[in-house]
Amino acid sequence: MFPFSFEWVWDMGHMVFMGGLWYALTIIGIGMTYCIVKAAMDASKDTASHSSGH
Amino acid sequence: MDSALIPKGVQRCPLWQFLLILAVAGAVLLWGVYAMFLCWIKGLNQTNMNDYYGFALWIWADLAVIALGGGAFFSGFLKYVLGRDELKNIINYAVLLGFICYSSALLILAIDIGQPLRGWFIFWHANVHSMLTEVAFCLSCYFAVLSIEYLPLILENRQLAKVPFFHHLSHNMHKVMAVFAATGAFLSFFHQGSLGGVAGVLYGRPFAYREGVLVWPWTFFLFTWSAAAYGPCFTIFITRLTEYFTRKKLVKDNVIDLLAKISGWMMGTYIIAKIIDTIYWATVTAPAAGFRLMDFYSGNSFYGIWILLLELILGGVAPAALLLVPRWRANPRLLWVAISLAVVGVCVNRWVMVLQVMAVPVMPFDQWALYLPSWQEVATTILPVAYGVILVAISYRYLPIFPQEAELNPIEETVKA
Repeated sequence: MFPFSFEWVWDMGHMVFMGGLWYALTIIGIGMTYCIVKAAMDASKDTASHSSGH
Repeated sequence: MDSALIPKGVQRCPLWQFLLILAVAGAVLLWGVYAMFLCWIKGLNQTNMNDYYGFALWIWADLAVIALGGGAFFSGFLKYVLGRDELKNIINYAVLLGFICYSSALLILAIDIGQPLRGWFIFWHANVHSMLTEVAFCLSCYFAVLSIEYLPLILENRQLAKVPFFHHLSHNMHKVMAVFAATGAFLSFFHQGSLGGVAGVLYGRPFAYREGVLVWPWTFFLFTWSAAAYGPCFTIFITRLTEYFTRKKLVKDNVIDLLAKISGWMMGTYIIAKIIDTIYWATVTAPAAGFRLMDFYSGNSFYGIWILLLELILGGVAPAALLLVPRWRANPRLLWVAISLAVVGVCVNRWVMVLQVMAVPVMPFDQWALYLPSWQEVATTILPVAYGVILVAISYRYLPIFPQEAELNPIEETVKA
């Protein structure tokens, strides 16, 4: 549920529950994005160094 | 035939033997899947749940596997946050077992809700006054964390690791694993607690109701504590079972000893808190609601005082004592006894907090309501066990789960012998 959903109420319950959920999902999302992007960059560096070596 | 996929430096059973194990477990799995589809197609009338038992065998199984899977979050917390580096030799297996336990819990919930296509409602139309909403949030997020923790292990397979992207992904994920492990510990603290909190806030059911602090009844803290205490015992239990079936030593004794010692201390402190909680409940909380202790353990054919003693003494005090004394803990037979009793103890605790709560009469005109699950409920509860056996077998064969295995079982010496 997002704050722009029709059911949303600006009370403590919604802010704590949904805030906690989005907080956890954000950490997981940022962490995985970092790993995937860095892996792609590292892999392309490997490919570049291999091809320059030949 | 599949030797190119097997980790270097270790030996595995012949392929036909492996396939036979998969076939036997697969047959049980299919039985469970058949029952699962019966529940989905024909509805929850396939179960013996009724107006007394809205929570039944499935929810017990859910709570039990979540507690047993607690070894993953607690071992991860010890290794990545508190820096107990020795546990790196068992953390892979703890993560795998956690992954199996939590995916099983989610599968059971998908059957239990009756209409799995509406499962997403709990996220979008969340009831923010329910502890179960918090459980659903934390459970789903923690399952994502466990998948992230399990993924690098899959990517370390001999063939997959040859792909540069997978190799780097696995390496990068290991580097930031502490962040995921800390997130997992945070999520586990809340969902383990809220599962206990659900029982503790039932003020209409004096068997379950407990006082507490702010919105959290004491059962909230006891459930988290017990998962951290008993979960590692399940990790040790399955490790020892795997060693027994593979006839190999897979983890060094000092690692098992450390985990057993930490588990013993957690269990010892937990059981003291649990006994104090039980005494206060029996002498203050329940009498205030008009009940005596023996009202909860008499007048029926199943729930006697034995179940309280089984939970607290045999399943709590005894394993804690066995794990706390170094000489007893070092004895392989006594360690087996301790971890087996611990697994039984936490399962009995969860049974009591789900099913006995439902059975105890509340109104003066009520009778004890006993319950026998239908075969469909039993089959779908056994289904995760078969699934777990299959996933453990595949992971053990193709992934480097036990870092010390090659050192403990050198191939050359085995051939010479």
